[in-house]
Amino acid sequence: MAENHEGEVKLLGFVGSPFTYRVQLALKLKGAQYEFLEDNLEHQSQLLLKYNPIHKKVPVLVHNEKPIIESLVILEYVDETWNGNPILPEEPYPRALARFWAKFIDEKCLSAVWKAASTFDEKEREKAVEESQEVLQILENELKDKFFGGEALGLVDIVGTFVAFWLPAIEQLVGLELLTSEKFPKLYNWSHEVLNLPVVKETLPPREPFFAAFKARLESLTPSK
Amino acid sequence: MAASQEEVTLLGVTGSAFVCRVQIALKLKGVEYKYVEENLGNKSDLLLKYNPVYKKVPVFVHNEKPIPESLVIVEYIDETWKHNPILPSDPYQRALARFWSKFIDDRVVGAAWKAVYTVDEEEREKNVEESFEALQFLENELKDKKFFGGEEFGLVDIAAVYIAFWIPIFQEIGGLELFTSENFPKLYKWSQEFVNHPVVKESLPPRDPVFAFLKRRYESLSASK
Repeated sequence: MAENHEGEVKLLGFVGSPFTYRVQLALKLKGAQYEFLEDNLEHQSQLLLKYNPIHKKVPVLVHNEKPIIESLVILEYVDETWNGNPILPEEPYPRALARFWAKFIDEKCLSAVWKAASTFDEKEREKAVEESQEVLQILENELKDKFFGGEALGLVDIVGTFVAFWLPAIEQLVGLELLTSEKFPKLYNWSHEVLNLPVVKETLPPREPFFAAFKARLESLTPSK
Repeated sequence: MAASQEEVTLLGVTGSAFVCRVQIALKLKGVEYKYVEENLGNKSDLLLKYNPVYKKVPVFVHNEKPIPESLVIVEYIDETWKHNPILPSDPYQRALARFWSKFIDDRVVGAAWKAVYTVDEEEREKNVEESFEALQFLENELKDKKFFGGEEFGLVDIAAVYIAFWIPIFQEIGGLELFTSENFPKLYKWSQEFVNHPVVKESLPPRDPVFAFLKRRYESLSASK
């Protein structure tokens, strides 16, 4: 393969978004060079209209002018296109499990946490907090090694950065206590291991843009999708 | 590994589109398997053991290793039995296939069901509109291809069996004119090709019992008004 086989790589995303971040982390792990194009929610940017006119969502990875959307789809694409530091395991069964757990985090964890953080009705909130804790318990039970990916970071850990970084940020913002070392010792330790990895430390976004966006959403309380 | 040494089991329910996806994949690959019909009103210990997180079907078990989630299962099948490929080999095409399969799950499945099985009229109308919009994306994506996968059917076609076989049943029951050859000429033509493909035909459940079951559900819903 030619030295410059990578071609032109652009990533369109929001600073502070956990979905955009996952792709940044994956690209960093692979040592892939790319241009980051910051999109802004308020003004549907020209770039977004160019690269994702139909679905209008970020992140969008554009590789040699070909756009790819949906963060989990992008992560698999990145893994298949750049060699070294594999994100998914090699064997089909562990790969299937990795995909399952990544989906689980996206489908169950994010929505449970959002509900717990954004529900004002006390009874509803309590229910949502319980749900979030159930989800965290499932992850706690699943974690067997240093990382979900084993000895090194894998797909589930990358997607799980939501739990390691964004969840504590949300907890702080709304005064919730979900991920504690008493209730989830393994998950708690894991989150610190992840956050201390140089590759993660170097790429995590500043908290402020996320705080601002999250607060704005809470205030408007538009149903999330 | 000799065929007789492989232990392949599928836990499912007749009439589930998600179980059907897996059956199509297995049929395409010519894999022999044991089918276990589950009673969702009285879930077996086996189901609870193999899918403790969601307690849903389908669950695919290969040599005692369980995998839930239909699209995760289909990818696993594709990676384990390599002939008659379900996903393309090019990473970009694979990304597109994964995107559109996810799109069907996220934007079509729920909306199409709720377009019929919702008591509140406004809510139902909203879902009809959403279904229409989602199907339109797929109509545009299909273009002039015989199948979403090209000359042969692939992941997206398998995911879309819900559209080809189940949506027509819902709409007949609900008296809805959504997925028609007038509204979606290409998609409609595709659905006819797909359900008549020998592999698919042999994997689909018999229409009458599925229709009867779904009709009873519809009637009990209206009765509860």
